[in-house]
Amino acid sequence: MRTFALAGNPNSGKTTLFNALTGSTAHVGNWPGVTVDKREGVYKGGKEHVEIVDLPGIYSLSPYTPEEVIARNFILDEHPDGIINIVDATNLERNLYLTTQLLEMDVPVIVALNMMDAVDKQGDAIDAPTLEKRIGVPVVPISALKETGIKELMERAIAMPAKRKGETVLRSALAGPIGEAEKYFEDREATSPVFHAVKLLEGDELETASKEAKSILAGVQEKYGKDLEAVIADERYKYISANFSTAKKKAAKPVLTKSDKADRILTHKVWSIPIFIVILFFVFHLTFSEDLFYINAIASAAGSPLPTMDDLGWGATLGDSEIYSNFGVALLACFYDGAVFSPGVILTNILNLVLNYITYGIGLGVEAAGAADWAASLINDGIVGGITAVLGFLPQILTLFLFFSILEDTGYMARVAFILDRIFRRFGLSGRAFMPMIMGFGCSLPAMINTRTLADEKERTATIRVIPFFSCGAKLPILTAIAGGICRVWGFDNVDLITYAMYLLGIITAIVSVIIMRSTTMRGETPPFIMELPAYHVPGLRNLMLHLWDKTKHFVKKAFTIIFASTVLIWFLQSFTWNWTFIGADSMQSSILASIGQLLQPIFTPLGFGSQLNEYGWVFAVAAITGLIAKENVIATFSVLAAMLVAGFEGTEEGVEEAVVMINATGITWPALIAFIMFNMTTIPCFAACATAKAELPKGKFRWTVLFWIVTSYIVGAVCYTVLSWWWTLFIWLAVAAVFATIVILRNRGKIKLPSLRRKKRA
Amino acid sequence: MGKLLCNFAVGEKGRIVSVSGEGRVRRRLFDMGVTPGADVTLVKKAPLGDPLEVTIRGYQLTLRKAEAECVEMEAVK
Repeated sequence: MRTFALAGNPNSGKTTLFNALTGSTAHVGNWPGVTVDKREGVYKGGKEHVEIVDLPGIYSLSPYTPEEVIARNFILDEHPDGIINIVDATNLERNLYLTTQLLEMDVPVIVALNMMDAVDKQGDAIDAPTLEKRIGVPVVPISALKETGIKELMERAIAMPAKRKGETVLRSALAGPIGEAEKYFEDREATSPVFHAVKLLEGDELETASKEAKSILAGVQEKYGKDLEAVIADERYKYISANFSTAKKKAAKPVLTKSDKADRILTHKVWSIPIFIVILFFVFHLTFSEDLFYINAIASAAGSPLPTMDDLGWGATLGDSEIYSNFGVALLACFYDGAVFSPGVILTNILNLVLNYITYGIGLGVEAAGAADWAASLINDGIVGGITAVLGFLPQILTLFLFFSILEDTGYMARVAFILDRIFRRFGLSGRAFMPMIMGFGCSLPAMINTRTLADEKERTATIRVIPFFSCGAKLPILTAIAGGICRVWGFDNVDLITYAMYLLGIITAIVSVIIMRSTTMRGETPPFIMELPAYHVPGLRNLMLHLWDKTKHFVKKAFTIIFASTVLIWFLQSFTWNWTFIGADSMQSSILASIGQLLQPIFTPLGFGSQLNEYGWVFAVAAITGLIAKENVIATFSVLAAMLVAGFEGTEEGVEEAVVMINATGITWPALIAFIMFNMTTIPCFAACATAKAELPKGKFRWTVLFWIVTSYIVGAVCYTVLSWWWTLFIWLAVAAVFATIVILRNRGKIKLPSLRRKKRA
Repeated sequence: MGKLLCNFAVGEKGRIVSVSGEGRVRRRLFDMGVTPGADVTLVKKAPLGDPLEVTIRGYQLTLRKAEAECVEMEAVK
């Protein structure tokens, strides 16, 4: 089967064309060594089936971004049978810049002139045959969105000759230098000598690696001038302008498009930031709210609250065992219980209902089969419990992802980066880093995947590391339970104040760690912010759905492998004793996990929940470990132990009672509880987030990231505990921070040298 | 020495004379069409005064003041 590569600028409709060409045959992989998606599929509409590889969206073939290097290496090393270069006809000039570079490679090229319908609408016209004559390769007008012209495009692509010699549009202007550099590569019998020659003249890092190439470049520069890079870029655009003016007939008067009008409001001096906050609020509201549009809150304020399921007399049928006999009511309760739920919550409820049925069915099956206690527990609590805990996140992750994809596809996300860049630059990040961070408040998983929009690898690593500090939805139960417990036991009155302070502290931790990372291990210039602001447009439903489907497959695959394995391990540790006897959940204190907790307990002494506690103090260490499966488990662990300590203990939904029992049983102080909350908020996130981080981080960085999480959470916890217990310790911490900052600043200014901890990279 | 793009007022138009700077930033500017001879209009500034939005070669580009400092301009007749 022949292979064609799809190349083009970002926002040129490349993904839409890819989806139109390959339909359901598309699948996603990774390019070797990097986390850029590699999408492949088969086009079956023509005389023969051809494979289509979607190259990353790029503006150029320079060596500075991973996307550009991937595209370049694929064409040079994998020798595709042709390149389909999609070009946005509404933005011909900049799009053809990439085309002029592709034409230099020894590979057949066909140009797909996309968005011709939009050009018509603007009253312009492009003469495709003239363009084809000028650049010397086939040019086919298409509309990827309306799927017109695609058949002709592919017919002509398949009919292209198998070989084509690369040629450059720079020949007439730069015959001398190109000729000399070309000879060097031809002597070496390299493929695409013209391409390599031009890149060498540009001073391209990938071409000037060898000494010989460097000396050729130096020789040429001496003869023809130093700054060939500028001359080459200039000549490309000159050539495009010259040919472009004959191909494109502009309408007499440019009209103010809808996109321009929308942009005036959305990036308005005063209104842009409030509008952004409102949009963000709705995204989270539609994903997480259990009172859609505050209908119930408003009704209650008006004196007539909406009836709950209890009021309607159906509450009794919603118990754990009763839902199985009354499906209709259970289904209704997914949508409404005294308040209408948001779409995200409704989907979660429905999925959980289905999972409940499955769990129940499996439970019955296990019972009927008469399995041993440990086997039943393995299946029910370990396997089924673990998988449902993880899958339960899926609806809200996808809902959040859907909204952010819409914002991205409409072109609004680029404007958000534009609005906020000024603030983020202070921390050594770009405005693009904001979105993933704010998504972290919903769930770390989509947030980490969203960092793919960041071009700079160090910026991306730093962002992924701090995303868990933006406390996600699953960490909220820890907060409400323990803050509630603190208020009950010590008679504070403000649960919400504690919760708010904890969120704020998480954000501060994130900011401080980014600053520290960007001035130590993740040092580097603030990445440049030179970015296209694409025209606004309505996102294609098909693209969105395919995108979500990809994410779902990806997540489910992970849930059943790495996450599943880790969950079963923790189940084993808490259900068995050292001499391999199975114990139920109600005698957790003799499990392997409990003894690991006892072993770890002294380590947490500086954080207030270590050796200073009573005999049940190990529960905090254990809860932190079980929290790795899903952060909700922290309170679930309290609950198990509380049931063991207090006869006839009845937990509450918020877990406040559990927290109170644990406080009384362990003799923990409130500063230590605050430290415990902060520790859990900033330490290693759940297994699902870890798996995502591992996939998204550059190779070898995951280990350091785990260490970073452990160290950060330990320091944050220790600071909270000591300062809240003895206020004067604040000055000790400040002094330590000052010394650290001084050393870092002096070192970065080159005043002092520290012994390097890393092995020097080989050149 | 002409006026630098970073000192342009909103609505001001000009033509690029030269692009200074080095390495990655300069290359990126070239790749995005910021080359000598191109016409540029400063469309707006972000709410906090930086970055800038310009129209160049028929599309919208955003860049920071620090990067616009590399771009020397002349008035268009």
